Parts: sequence; C-alpha cells; structure tokens
Amino acid sequence: MSGFTLPSATLLAQSVLSGVFVGALYGLLGLGLSLSWGLLKLINLAHFGFAFLAAYLCYQMASMGIDPLLTLLVIVPLFFALGAALHAAMARFEITPFNSLLLTFGLTGIIEALIQSIWTADFRKLESSYGDHTWKVAGLYVPLPELITLALAAGLSLAVWGVLRYTDLGKALRASAEDAPIAAAFGIHQRRNALLLAGTCSALASVAGVCLALGFTLAPSQIYAWVGVVFAAVMLGGLGRALAPLIAGIVIGVSEAVTMAVTAPSWAPLVSFTLLIAILLLRPGRVA
Amino acid sequence: MTPAASTVPAAEAGQAATAAAGPSAAWRVPLAIVAAAVALAFMPWLGLPAFYDSLLYLVLHWIVLATSWNILSGYTGYFSFGHGAFFGGGLYTSATLMDKAGWPFLWTLPAAALVACVLGLVVGAIVFRVKGVRGEVFALLTLAVTFVLGTVIVNTPIDGGNGVSLAGVAVPKIGPTPSATFYLLALAAAAVTLLAAWGIAVSKLGAGLFAIHDDEDAAEVMGVPTYRYKLIALGISCALAGLAGGIHALFLNYVTVGEVFTITVPLTVVLMSILGGTRHWAGPAVGAVAITLLLYSFTAADYAIAGKAMIGVILIAAILFMPDGILPRLQRAWARRWPAPAAPACAPLPAAAAAAQRAAAPTPGAGPVLLRTRALAKSFRGVRALAGVDVEVRSGEILGLIGPNGSGKSTFINVVSGHFVPSAGSVVFEGRELAGRAAHRIAQSGIARTYQIPRPFAHQSVLDNVALAAMFGGGIGSPTAARQEAMTWLSFAGLQDKAQVRPDELNLHQRKFLELARALASRPRLVLLDEVLCGLTPSEIDDAVALVRRIRDQGATVVFVEHVMRAVMALTDRVVVFDQGGVLAEGPAAEVMQRPEVMIAYLGAPQAGLAGDVDA
Repeated sequence: MSGFTLPSATLLAQSVLSGVFVGALYGLLGLGLSLSWGLLKLINLAHFGFAFLAAYLCYQMASMGIDPLLTLLVIVPLFFALGAALHAAMARFEITPFNSLLLTFGLTGIIEALIQSIWTADFRKLESSYGDHTWKVAGLYVPLPELITLALAAGLSLAVWGVLRYTDLGKALRASAEDAPIAAAFGIHQRRNALLLAGTCSALASVAGVCLALGFTLAPSQIYAWVGVVFAAVMLGGLGRALAPLIAGIVIGVSEAVTMAVTAPSWAPLVSFTLLIAILLLRPGRVA
Repeated sequence: MTPAASTVPAAEAGQAATAAAGPSAAWRVPLAIVAAAVALAFMPWLGLPAFYDSLLYLVLHWIVLATSWNILSGYTGYFSFGHGAFFGGGLYTSATLMDKAGWPFLWTLPAAALVACVLGLVVGAIVFRVKGVRGEVFALLTLAVTFVLGTVIVNTPIDGGNGVSLAGVAVPKIGPTPSATFYLLALAAAAVTLLAAWGIAVSKLGAGLFAIHDDEDAAEVMGVPTYRYKLIALGISCALAGLAGGIHALFLNYVTVGEVFTITVPLTVVLMSILGGTRHWAGPAVGAVAITLLLYSFTAADYAIAGKAMIGVILIAAILFMPDGILPRLQRAWARRWPAPAAPACAPLPAAAAAAQRAAAPTPGAGPVLLRTRALAKSFRGVRALAGVDVEVRSGEILGLIGPNGSGKSTFINVVSGHFVPSAGSVVFEGRELAGRAAHRIAQSGIARTYQIPRPFAHQSVLDNVALAAMFGGGIGSPTAARQEAMTWLSFAGLQDKAQVRPDELNLHQRKFLELARALASRPRLVLLDEVLCGLTPSEIDDAVALVRRIRDQGATVVFVEHVMRAVMALTDRVVVFDQGGVLAEGPAAEVMQRPEVMIAYLGAPQAGLAGDVDA
C-alpha cells in the first residue's frame, strides 16, 4: 500500500486528461455492446474478441507498412460481415440473452486461441508514426493516438445517436426492441434491421480494436481485462443508448485515473466495480 | 434459463424420477456415493505414478467447485459468476492462517469454509433483498464482487501484491505421498459435496429451490420462504467452495490474486454444469470429469491452445444442441427404453377421507368473520388501485368480487395474498394481522390463491406442482407424504391421470384445474380465486362451477373474482361490487345487481337527469 499522497495540480490535470482518453476507449467498446444488449437482447462477449482480432489485424497490416488508419477500410467491412453472420446464427437458434452470454464467451475463447496460435501469447506493440506525435498544451501532454481515439469515439457515438433518433431505421430499431411482435405487425423488417445493427456493432468493435492497437500493447490474455470495466460503463449509461456509454466511460476513466494518481494503480479496479455493484443494486430495472 | 421446456413428452428429469422410485430406493444414491468414495480411497496404495494422484485431484477439485456452484445457481437459476470470490475467500483464508498465523493445514480448512460461507451470506443478504436482481444482473453483480474482493486482497497485507508462498508449510501425512494426501482430501470434499447436492435435491429445500427457478413469485405465494432458501443455498454453496479453496491453497503452494479472482473459475464451473445438466445433482460432476480430462488430454499432448478453442466449441455446441445437459439427455433415452410405471408410487387417498377430517359442513353465510380488511389501500406511483376497502369474509361462504375492469378486484386478491404490500390499512385473518407480512407467511397461515393466467412450475410434473403447495403452504415435511396429499387433490380436480406429465401438456381448462388443485393442496381455510372461469367454454364452466361448490363443501371459504355473471349468480352467497378502487355495494347477487349505482358502474351512466343526447 502506497498510502495517500496529494499530487500536484499538473499531475492531477494530466491524470484527468488520460482518464478522458482511456474513458473514450471504454465508451467506444461499450457502444456496440450497449446497442446489441439493449436493442437486440444479445449480450455479446465476443465483442471483445472481435475488437482484439481487429487490433491484431491492424497490427499485422501496419507492420507490413500500411497506415493503421487506412486498415479501417478493410477491417470495418470485414467485421460488419462477421457480426451479421454471428447474429444470423444466433437468431436461427433463438438464443436467450443469458445463453448468448455463454455462447459468445465460448466464441471469445476460440478467438483467443486463434490469436494465440497466430501471434503467440507475447505482448505486441504497433509501431507507427502516430505514436511519435505528442503535443504539449498548457503544460499537459496530448498524444496523437489517444486524440484519434477520442475523436472517433465522439464522432461515432454522435452518428449512432443521430441515426437512432432521427431516421426511420432508428425508430424501427427502437420499436423492435420495445415490442418485437407489434413492431413486426406494423411492417418493420426485423431480420434485415437486426442483421444491419449486429453488423454495425461488430464494425464499431473493430474500430475500437484499431484504437486499441494504436494506444496499447496487445496480448491475447488482455481480452478479458477490458470486460469488467466496459460492462460497468454500459450499465452506468443504460442499455441501447448511443451517447451514454461514452459519457459513462469517461466518468469511469477519470475516476480510475484520479484514484491511480492519489493511491496506487492497483486500486483502480475498485472504482469501476464498486460503481457497477452500486448501479446494479440501486437500479436493477435498468438492465432487465 | 433453459429455453427448451420439455421437448420430449412425459420425460421425467432429475430429482422427480429419483424420488418417484420410492423411499426404499432413495437411500441407494448416498450409499453409492459413500461406497465409491471408500473404494477410490485405496487408489494411492495401488502404486500408480504420482501424477495420477494430481490429475485425479484436479478432477475431484472441479467436481467440488461445479457441484457446489450448482446448489444455488443450477437449482434456483440464479447464475452466479462470483464463485471465484468464494473459492478465493477460502483459499486466502487458509493461506493466511498457515503463512501468518502458523496454523496447521487441516485446521485452516473449517475456517476457510466458514469465511467463504459468511462472505456468501453477507453478499446474499444484500443482493437477494433487491427484487430486480435476477438473471444477467445477478451474474454481473457477483462477478463485480469477485473483482472488488480481489482488488482489496491484492492491495492489503493479506497478499501485498506479490502472492503468498506456502513453501514452508508441512503437508499432513494422510496418504503415502503429499500428492496422495491432496487426492484423499479432495475425495472427501467431493463425497461431502455430492451428498449435500443430492440431499438438497430430494428434500423440501430442493423442492423450494426448483420452484424458485421456474417462478419465484408463484413459489413465494405458495409458501416457499424464497429469501431464506436462496440464502441457505448460497451459504452451503459458498462453504463448499471455500473448503475446495482451502485445500487448493496448499496444493498450489504459491497463491496469487490474478489466478483466483478471475472470470475463469466461474465460467469453467458454469460450463461444466451446463454440459452435465444443472437441474440434476450429479450433472455438474459429469461435466467436471469430462472437461477436466479433455483439457488434460490437450495440455498433455502440447495442444493447450487447441484445448482452449475446444472448450469454446463444446460450450457453443452444448448451448445450441443440449441446453438441458448430458445427464437429462441420457435419462430421457433411458426412460424411453425402460418406461417408468405410469401410475404414481403412492396410492391416492379417497377425497371423501379428506372431507371427513373436516368440521361439519358449514351453513352458508352464517359463520363468524374469517377475514376482515379495514381501510385497505394500495397505490402504484400515485394511481390508487385500492382506496380504503372494508370487506368482511364470513367462514364457510362463497363471496363473489365483481366490478368493471380496473376496479381493484385483482389488486385486492394480490394484496390479501401478500403479492403486493398494502400502502395502508389492515388485513385481519382469524384474528391475526397479515398486512405487510411476506407472502409465504400468509400462505402458511391458511390462505391460498390462484392466478388468472395459470403459473405452473414448467419444469416439474403436475404431481410435484401440487405437492409443492402441500409441502410449503400445508406444512408437510416430507416430499413423499406431500405427493400423497397432492394425489388427493389431483383426483379432486379430476387430474389424477395427468399426475406425471409436464404442465405444458395440459390444455387451458386442465391448467386452471391444476391451479385449483395447487391452491387446495395446502388445505387453506380461505381460497382466493382470480377469474378461474375466464377463457373456458360453457361446458367447462359448468365443471368449474361444480368444482368450486365442492371446494366450499370441503370446508374452505371461497372468495372469487369473476366476470361470468352466470357463475356469479349460481355460486355466490354474497357479492361485493368494486368500483374505482372502493366498495360500491354488497349483498346477495340477485339483489345487488338491481341497484342503480351498480348498473351505472357496469353499463356506463345513462345520465338520467340530463338530456339524452349522449350516445351511450
């Protein structure tokens, strides 16, 4: 135990900033999870597997000299198709939400084994020109990869929010989530919409994966390290909502970063999980 | 939890089949467990290589963990992802006591079980109080508890971040070698765990837990103390996990938080239990043996990665193709080859015998007051469903509750039966105040109810559905005696031929009668019937009317909510008319229905005093 030390104002500001950055990634990872859970009633643990698979693909292509952001052109359509295919399979078997959790956990295990057999269990770090750029603004360091993550997270969350709120597709999706048979009776093409949404969720996971590759070291075992905290962000925000995961992610990221600055880094999980417990106990209806 | 209710007709799964074989056969299972454990205890002296001891230790270790998990999660459907926390609690208790306090290893084991048990009871006492915490919420909550506990341990002197080394602790000489000692300890733990899992499955406790799995609210209303039962199951489950943790601490010799407080432990036990079958006491053990040996065969052949993928494939295949698990699947195949005797093992008691035990047939409407409500009120976020209701129910009468939709009739039933807690007012039954009491207490004090839409326990036979009410509402201790009592009431309702089928094979008419049999099996003094006739054909209504009359003739008082006026007129001694949450009128049906205010409430206001330009 390192005990409590009062950090300087600059250090505190820097940790708040890094909390915002890591929180943006929590939010980006949580966005697809929240949509899938809230609107499709599927708890997709494979979301994390997809994100890491995308991260490794990005790493592989970048090490062959392709710009990491350009890899999105390949990765996003690929994962859209993967997500839609997974959904088609789960819809075919009429999986309950709880069984979807177990099934996608099995899938995540397979993805983990696949990654390990191709890229080994060693830590991998993507080297790109993005990593060299760090600006100093008002005494605070702002690294470019993190900034890209924040921009992507904010942009995508806003875009999804706009689609859900203002387009016919968004209204149809929300109606299906509320009462599927009635929505179908009103002529909503549920199967097509669900495939589209499931594909989008996986595509969002793959974007998060590219951000992960830009900013973090990768190892297959790290897949599970993100599960708890991202679930906390999703629940704190509420299911099936677009902007909430980002906001909740940043709240958790900042509180973790400040905890780390004030006490020791090993205390950080306490914040997110205590928050999660509190939410689940006080607002269980939010999930069910 | 499992989507496939009963795909194979008349297939009896799990405990029902075991117990239906009769009391003499019931002792075969524990004898077999003990005999197997004794036989396996000679293993270390066979001179096999030491590595077999360790492999078998791991198999037994996972049997304990998976089976203990199943006692709460499999039986009740509350899937806990926090088994790692309770296992880890026991492990660190044992490690700390050995390392820091210098306790001998064997003495730390009861402490490990105790600490894990207390931990589980504390978590359960909080979590089970919140009504919405079921399914995914309970799973995530217990997982979060695991990580919180792990974080606390790693940051405090219990672990200190570097793990605890137990290199200096002596392994007691129970077996010829240290690995044999661990094997023997795990064997004993596995035997105890399996005995506990079996004992619970065939007892009243197990019946209550299985009912919670199918419909917790209905179980509570039938007299199952759901909160206490869940807590007991969690306590036993955690104590056994803690015991496994205590043994495992010294087996590992070096313990770290990162390996214990993870998602891996709960997911492995979930996988094992689902694969084997969660509704059977032996299911998780079957799954544990299969998975452990499979994983071992992969790691031994240096295909650890393929093994990891294989686990994923098995989990997916199990959920898609065998949602009930291996064991129930085998049992069904067995039942098809060797069909069980169709007749129940217990002879039905003649209904007349039950009637004879009752007091002399009461004279309608003349009895003393059985139930009295005073200013009974219930509001839902400002909507007053009941606004100060005074009703008296006299012993031996049939009282009809009528009124337009939304007038508060069903709410009245729900409040009196304890399904809802009243906002204000009192409910006095046989001189005792019931308002605010838990629903299972009300059921036990002699009030039973039916649901408008029948809510049978889908995974249990019709007989066991009724036996549950006899056990909990009627206070019968032994499941066998309860089944005999249940058979009486099934015959009473004309369902004796359907005793062994699942409720989903009954038609609506039969399911309504099952609701009645279930309500009667607790031998209530007051029966609350919520629209039993709704949805029935005219001839079925005639049957049901005759049945309700016979219920009263048996000695029970009946309150029934009904819209079918023909039945109300034929059956009731008295009616109470509800309107807008209050009592509008009461008296004999024929007289009350003539009153203008009742006609207005039913047919809408003709606005007699005004000009007739409103089109009614």
